[in-house]
Amino acid sequence: MLLILQCTGESPDDLSWLLHKHPDRAQRFDLSFGRAQLFYPHNSRDRCAAALLVEVDPVALSRAKPGQRSTTPLEPYVNDRPYAASSMLSSAISQVLGSALNGRCEKRPELVDRPLELEATLPVVAAHGGGEALVRRLFEPLGYEVHASRLALDPHFQEWGPSSYWSVKLRAKTTVRAMLEHLYVMLPVLDDEQHYWVSENEVEKLLRKGREWLAAHPERELVTARFLKHQRALERLAHERLDADGAREPAIGDAVESELEARWSPQKNSDAPGKTPPLDARRREWVRDALSARRARRVVDLGCGEGKLLAYLAQHSDVSHVTGVDVSPLALEIAQKRLDRLGPSQRERVELLQGSLVYRDARLVGFDAATLIEVIEHVEPERLRWLEDAVFAVAKAPIVLVTTPNREANAAMPGVGPDTMRHSDHRFEWTRAEFSAWCARVAETYGYRFALHAIGDEHERYGAPTQAAIFEQRSDDRSDAPAIPSQPEVQS
Amino acid sequence: MNDPSPTIITLPDPSLVLLVAPSGAGKSTFAKRHFRPTEVLSSDALRGWVSDDETSQEASADAFSVLNSIADKRLARGLLTVIDATNVQRDARKPFVALGKKHHVSVVAIVLDVDVDTCVARNKSRPDRAFGARVVRGQHENMRKALRTLDDEGVRFVTRMKTEHEINTASVVRERLRCDLRDRTGPFDVIGDVHGCADELCELLGELGYEVEGSGLDATIRKHPEGRTVVFLGDVVDRGPRVADALALAINSVRDGSALFVQGNHEAKLAKKLAGREVTVSFGLERSLEELAAAPPSFVERVRTFLDERPTHYVLDRGRLVVAHAGLRQEMQGRSSRAVRDFALYGETRGETDEFGLPVRFDWAANYRGKALVAYGHTPAERAEFRNETVCLDTGCVYGGALTALRWPERELRSVPARRQYVPPKRPLASAAAPSSSDRSLAARDRLDLASVLGGITVETPVVRRVTVGPSLVATAIEQVSRFCVDPRWLLYVPPTMAPVETSTVEGFLERPEQALEYYARCGTDRVVFELKHMGSRAIVLVCRSPEEMRARFGLANEHAGTIVTRNGRAFFKDSVNEASLVTRARNAIERAGLFEELRTPWLLLDTEILPWSAKAGELLRLQYAPAAAAGQAHFAAAREALSLAASRGIDVGALLARTAERASTIDSYADAYRRYCWTVRGPEDLRIAPFHLLAGQKASFTDRDHGWHLAQCDRLADADPNLFTRTERVIVSLTDEAERASAVQWWLDKTDAGAEGCVVKPWTFIAIGERGPIQPALKVRGREYLRIIYGPEYTLPDNLARLRERGTSAKRALAIREFSLGVEGLSRLARNDSLARVHACALATLALESEPTDPRL
Repeated sequence: MLLILQCTGESPDDLSWLLHKHPDRAQRFDLSFGRAQLFYPHNSRDRCAAALLVEVDPVALSRAKPGQRSTTPLEPYVNDRPYAASSMLSSAISQVLGSALNGRCEKRPELVDRPLELEATLPVVAAHGGGEALVRRLFEPLGYEVHASRLALDPHFQEWGPSSYWSVKLRAKTTVRAMLEHLYVMLPVLDDEQHYWVSENEVEKLLRKGREWLAAHPERELVTARFLKHQRALERLAHERLDADGAREPAIGDAVESELEARWSPQKNSDAPGKTPPLDARRREWVRDALSARRARRVVDLGCGEGKLLAYLAQHSDVSHVTGVDVSPLALEIAQKRLDRLGPSQRERVELLQGSLVYRDARLVGFDAATLIEVIEHVEPERLRWLEDAVFAVAKAPIVLVTTPNREANAAMPGVGPDTMRHSDHRFEWTRAEFSAWCARVAETYGYRFALHAIGDEHERYGAPTQAAIFEQRSDDRSDAPAIPSQPEVQS
Repeated sequence: MNDPSPTIITLPDPSLVLLVAPSGAGKSTFAKRHFRPTEVLSSDALRGWVSDDETSQEASADAFSVLNSIADKRLARGLLTVIDATNVQRDARKPFVALGKKHHVSVVAIVLDVDVDTCVARNKSRPDRAFGARVVRGQHENMRKALRTLDDEGVRFVTRMKTEHEINTASVVRERLRCDLRDRTGPFDVIGDVHGCADELCELLGELGYEVEGSGLDATIRKHPEGRTVVFLGDVVDRGPRVADALALAINSVRDGSALFVQGNHEAKLAKKLAGREVTVSFGLERSLEELAAAPPSFVERVRTFLDERPTHYVLDRGRLVVAHAGLRQEMQGRSSRAVRDFALYGETRGETDEFGLPVRFDWAANYRGKALVAYGHTPAERAEFRNETVCLDTGCVYGGALTALRWPERELRSVPARRQYVPPKRPLASAAAPSSSDRSLAARDRLDLASVLGGITVETPVVRRVTVGPSLVATAIEQVSRFCVDPRWLLYVPPTMAPVETSTVEGFLERPEQALEYYARCGTDRVVFELKHMGSRAIVLVCRSPEEMRARFGLANEHAGTIVTRNGRAFFKDSVNEASLVTRARNAIERAGLFEELRTPWLLLDTEILPWSAKAGELLRLQYAPAAAAGQAHFAAAREALSLAASRGIDVGALLARTAERASTIDSYADAYRRYCWTVRGPEDLRIAPFHLLAGQKASFTDRDHGWHLAQCDRLADADPNLFTRTERVIVSLTDEAERASAVQWWLDKTDAGAEGCVVKPWTFIAIGERGPIQPALKVRGREYLRIIYGPEYTLPDNLARLRERGTSAKRALAIREFSLGVEGLSRLARNDSLARVHACALATLALESEPTDPRL
């Protein structure tokens, strides 16, 4: 990566005094991730330009990744890190140009606060999530004239579109110190990827470098959030496991979904948001009431995810035992943590199992009720048959509760388009007719009867945001015969 | 006092042995003398295990709970187990009787009926026993009671010893069950229901290479020159034209050691009749009785004694083959009980009859998950088919079908057609094809049980003996399968990972073919093939002749009758248009090449690479590969310009400029490298398939064919549709020929210089096992330029390369062999129509191994 600082005007040479680097020498500095060279491409009467060339050692970099999961398996080895301006350039600025950044100039202290005609050139800037507009939003409020030109991605393959890199020039009459401070903070913000672990230390750094200007900056929140990449984001990143071909696998977590569902507005002039409980809470209440009305004591929650329903039932219902089953070991870990916060007499009523509804599982036999809350839509429609077999033919709970999004209601949910779904892992979202047809087929095939329900405030045209069904085994189909032969199965 | 001969206690092996005696009678001493320590479960010892106090009566419940579950596990494994507890109370014995019943083993009692005073005295002399005499006397009394009720409770073979002397001199003899012929390794020819079709029987025996000596009731099978043995699966009698001849041939051959015989239900009924008991003469029994009435009484007597002692099943060939007339569930194999006998004779019926008045049978084979192949008859079907390691050999000869034999261990089926229909069938012969899944629910053979994989997976393979994958890796794979993979019925094969060659020492190179040649030479391979690598995306392509064939075999069909699956078990294409187009064209090519006909299969599984790389990896290219090049090129252009300006000012940046120029050139080479594997895909017609293995078809996995065969078949596909199928360029190298080795190296250099990804070096045979174990089935040797997209653009710089050489390939190699072994086993299970669970176990285990973190650059 490269930064060229140029000074024009009456006494351009002031730059070299401020940088505290001799204009006729090339100097080398060792850094933790490679080395930096500082040299002057220009030093004449009308301009002085200093180049900070950072040579990143790609091998060392790939080995230094601090336990962070990469986006693709080969990402640690094949990436733009040695070339695009990033937090590593900020580090280089603070190590090579530390005195200028901190406003010290022993030989010519009067220069420190003198505004100069300055120009910073960054040949490669990854302006993620905003492009040129982002560069402008970040630098124009600080008084810069911004020139940005976009780099081609690959001239041989125009259909791949443009790159997300920009060649950027920033011009302003300002002090060297201010410009370096701005760059120091904004380069990682533009790049949005830190090369070091973010710790509380970084808060200090941000406050120190930005104390004079950050508070008034209109993008203060973005700058803070990106610079500080708080731990939660790092955690989430680590949790997103990625396929070798680069396709992102959605995490099962339902934060986005909840946010979208919160936008549900059945009436135009609905009450101010926040008066009714969120939809997932209303689903939990519905489940509790349905279980309690049917006196279900032993319940299995299939697809328990992070265990919110389990914790809720343990705290707020009269079920005596609830088993949570999920296919994701990670979700179960999170659920485990949630449950461990319960009191001992609640905790002992809950149990977690890894399970999968593709497989028949004898452990799921013998419950009074099974719940499939916002689960079926995470299964490919043509694979539902496996789930049906596991739930209705093997586990065979006398009561089965199912909830799933009502696709029709998406129309009244700002942010959900007609062709999009509420969660990136949803494989389908059904209309009320589709859900009802599925329920009818399942009930007929496996000997249940069912009743449809709606959860959430109903829209006169689209219905409620969540649709639900209660399946109850027909008494003539209740049999005590074990669904799975009791013979010991030999592995393999 | 007379001194009788010492008592010999005969115990069936396996059995559950209860020592019955009061405390102090000497049970533990007796047990120690006659049984291995691991065979004896002592209640005292278990009290100690659970409570640190062997005498703690308070710990009894816990101790017995553990004891019971150990006994349960041992009996499931067919191990003789001795319960060293007083066992004097009926309630104490009850759980053990139930265990015996559950595992179909006899429960045997050895009663040490010693004088009660002796017991009391012994107890007193033990410092750790706190029982009073009253307790011991009570136990003694209970023991006496037990003697009267043991038989009623279901305890067999009660041995009662009354004196110290008798106990001290007794000996224990273990007797193998009659069904246990595990030491007979065959080879065998198992013959299905004969029902008096003696003509067809002789003809079939002739086909199998046996000679029949003598004639009529004296006929016998002569010893086979290759030591083969005939196994009659029962139902030799009744219905057909020559019952007595067929039966005589079987009886004589068993006598002469050239045949084995298990009873069928028809023999059982005949035996009952001959024993003088009342039976309804029906279902063809009248034919047997007619013939026996005409035969000499001595023959009838021989038949009676023969049938009387005939077992109903045998376990053969180290437990790998089980023969029983109506089949046998896994937990019944090698066991003896009324339930086992009934199952072997009659199978499992549902207690209802069908529209033809015949009992509706429970399809036990659909749920069979055992390891042994079960050969059975009893239910006539049109054709014999392997299903879940079972094969029904009753092809209804007497009904005008055929008489069928299984050759073991070849697993081949031989049939001779019936000369005519001797009796009309009561109902049409069942089609033996796997029952297709109904539209409503899953077919039984397609069910997967979580319990069988949750604790980890162990697969025995023909390459490495056993591959074990632990539960946490399997847990990850279960999530993959459940959330992202194709339907399990289509997840047939997960290709194994491939290890690279050892690191080259030649300057500028990380990989070179010399290391591959040396490796295979070192392993004792004489011939290898260099196959040019296709830089695309791995794809496993299933092509069926029709949707009907697909449904019949895989239980799930799509319109284009085929699937394309990635190396991690997912659908290759997001939409089905591309898949439909490629599969359809592939099918046409396979038809044109005549491969379905020639290989006698309605489906083929191909191991391929789909090109171009950019078709599948578009996102990766746009988000990772191209950006790195774009950023690098822009960076170096600017850096060189700045440095040139500084240089022109006379500043000493020469070395830096040179280094920057060198680094800049690596970025250019890198961009060239990835671009070679990209071309614009507008529709499926721009995609190409490069096949390199034919994995499996209906009856065979092709892992026994060499790579010459595989490549020749793939060439035929390329000939049939050159626009779809790409040939694999290759060079065959004899490892003893220096010139061939050198020219192969040169070929690799030329090809990789010209932009090829590299090549894969394989031993000539698909499976190669050397003196020191399995040999790598393939090693990849990647080109210098290609490796830039793996190790990074600048990896070739001397300083970088020096550090990158420190890579270890041994873990990757071990992994490659394990995954390869799973793949080979999975394919052979697939080809022999094993249950989905058994095919799935191999695929799931491979996915699990793939989730183990390894260096992705290898």
